[in-house]
Amino acid sequence: MADLAHGKPGAGTVPLADHAPTTRRDFLTVAGYAIAAVGAVCVAWPILDSMNPAADVLAAGAPVDIDLSRVQPGQQIVVLWRSRPIFVVNRTPELLKTLQDPRDISLLSDPNSTAPQQPEYATNWHRSIQPQYLVLVGICTHLGCIPSFMPQPNSVSPGWLGGYFCPCHGSRYDLSGRVYSGVPAPYNLPVPPYRFLSKTMIRIGENPPDGGDFSLESVEQI
Amino acid sequence: MAGTPSTVRTNSRLIKWIDTRLPLFTFVQDAAIDYPEPRNLNYFWNFGSLAGTMLVIMITTGIFLAMQYTPHVDYAFSSVERLMRDVNYGWLLRYIHMNGASFFFIVVYIHIFRGYYYGSYKEPRELLWMLGVVILLLMMATAFFGYVLPWGQMSYWGATVITNLFTAIPVIGNPIHTWLLGGFAVGNPTLNRFFSLHYLLPFVIVGVVGLHLIALRQHGSNNPLGIAVKGPQDEIPFHPYYTIKDMFGLGVFLVIYAIFIFYLPNALGDPQNYIEANPLQTPPEIVPEWYLLPFYAILRSIPDKLIGVLALFASIFILFLLPWLDTSRVRSSYFRPIHKWVFWLLVIDVFALGTVGAHRPEGAYIVVGRIATFYYFFHFVILLPLIGWFERPLPLPESIAAAVTKKTAAAPGAAQSGAVS
Ligand code: HEM
Ligand code: FES
Repeated sequence: MADLAHGKPGAGTVPLADHAPTTRRDFLTVAGYAIAAVGAVCVAWPILDSMNPAADVLAAGAPVDIDLSRVQPGQQIVVLWRSRPIFVVNRTPELLKTLQDPRDISLLSDPNSTAPQQPEYATNWHRSIQPQYLVLVGICTHLGCIPSFMPQPNSVSPGWLGGYFCPCHGSRYDLSGRVYSGVPAPYNLPVPPYRFLSKTMIRIGENPPDGGDFSLESVEQI
Repeated sequence: MAGTPSTVRTNSRLIKWIDTRLPLFTFVQDAAIDYPEPRNLNYFWNFGSLAGTMLVIMITTGIFLAMQYTPHVDYAFSSVERLMRDVNYGWLLRYIHMNGASFFFIVVYIHIFRGYYYGSYKEPRELLWMLGVVILLLMMATAFFGYVLPWGQMSYWGATVITNLFTAIPVIGNPIHTWLLGGFAVGNPTLNRFFSLHYLLPFVIVGVVGLHLIALRQHGSNNPLGIAVKGPQDEIPFHPYYTIKDMFGLGVFLVIYAIFIFYLPNALGDPQNYIEANPLQTPPEIVPEWYLLPFYAILRSIPDKLIGVLALFASIFILFLLPWLDTSRVRSSYFRPIHKWVFWLLVIDVFALGTVGAHRPEGAYIVVGRIATFYYFFHFVILLPLIGWFERPLPLPESIAAAVTKKTAAAPGAAQSGAVS
């Protein structure tokens, strides 16, 4: 192929086409197309990248602080972080008990949170830092609706232990955001990065000092 | 003056002078006056020109709506309300446009089923058909973007669900989703770009319609008998025969369309969309506009996200393969004793899917949805190729002229084609 560059037609080379020997002109043509293709990519990239989140949108992702003393036992509050709804639930001991109920576990699609839908520090049976407080991104992993908080037993269907029900296509999650099998949503609800500032204050959007560098960019599905 | 002088039939020297330099008049004469069409076209052949009319109506009203509309999450909803209450005839422009989308789809769906019944996608019209499917896809995208603009609850949540379809793609799904939205959730950047695209795509449709018509003219229109034109005795000129027929059909169509605009303007829409978008509250049920319901039903019938999304796209893309899935050499279903009936199974199936798509996925709707989804693909992938092989078509008439002038039982198409009598 070195001959190609030197433009000696056919001398000792295997011709690219059966009939016509490779010429200097072929090389120039290919090189011309290659340069044009590179140029097209260079033009396309800025145009396409302009559609990605702009600096102000990214900056609006600053952490949010929440005072947990305002959340009554059994209550859920919803706050916005990075324009996504974040669920914060104060789970009573009874509600927590359902999470280890074998009936619940046998129906879940990923009971042990093996899919990377949460930081390391929330990869446990309660999917949170403290069992009492649940923090979730309230966006159905199917197609993005906001699941309804249905803590009352039997409120969605007979035998319902309490959890989340998505009105759009009927996906169900338990009270730690773990998805039941046989519904369209493929993954557990994601847990955002968060840490305790004090006993009753949490900050959403920051990992605990020893909690690694988890971010929502690395979850399987929001 | 060098070159050929104009052959346009006129006494006006001005027109002749212009036409010799810019042959617009010759073009119209060739394309819409002298243009020979099969003599037996029935009223289903009106729907092509009706679709063209709808496109013009949508672009015209859209341009004037855009003069009043504000693509910002804080103002979009109120700018549409202002359009309805304060702008002179704003309500009329909006109702024409809003119901126009529905009527555009009615026309195009009939146009497509017409092509399916009479085998208009078969050799040599494969590319003509495929360009039609491209137009359908562009229309769906345009209508989707348009529906987001009034920024009601259904606008917002419809946009959320549809853009989330892309997250089903492994690995690159999430970055693509964020890129499409320009943020982490549907928001102002999303509304802005959707407005831009909603303005752009109709003009892309105009371009593809142009290609569609070039492909049409290459081999001429198909006809209810599905047999090729054999000579001038099989044809009549477009004007006056089909101009008058198209005009009459257009009149009937506009009466029905006007009844909706003036008396039932919101009958085809969702009342949820008169509530301003609220990103913290999903409405009890999310339903797309009626024209997308069959496809939505397919998505929901499959309890697996990725497969559901693939099935949704496959249900439209399979239409590209129709010319090769139908193995029969006979075009028109008039002469296909089995396909004639199987055609109606598909029609029923699509209506069943549409009904399922409008209801919560519970109980019988799940079962019917799954059966209808299965049948949809079974119809195209299994039934159609098999029927083509096993069916014994009726004998074809020797020509269109012979079939329509001899009013005997030999040609079932003759009695029903109202074009010439
Ligand atoms: C293929 C042609 C088109 C289709 C199918 C289409 C469809 C739609 C639909 C479904 C809506 C929502 C109506 C509602 O619920 O209020 C809409 C809104 C809108 N469209 Fe179009 N459209 C088309 C062409 C255009 C064009 C060419 C323009 C501008 C040049 C335009 C400008 C607008 C504007 C400003 C709105 C928002 C006002 C409103 O919601 O009524 N459209 N369109
Ligand atoms: S978005 Fe929740 S089930 Fe589809």
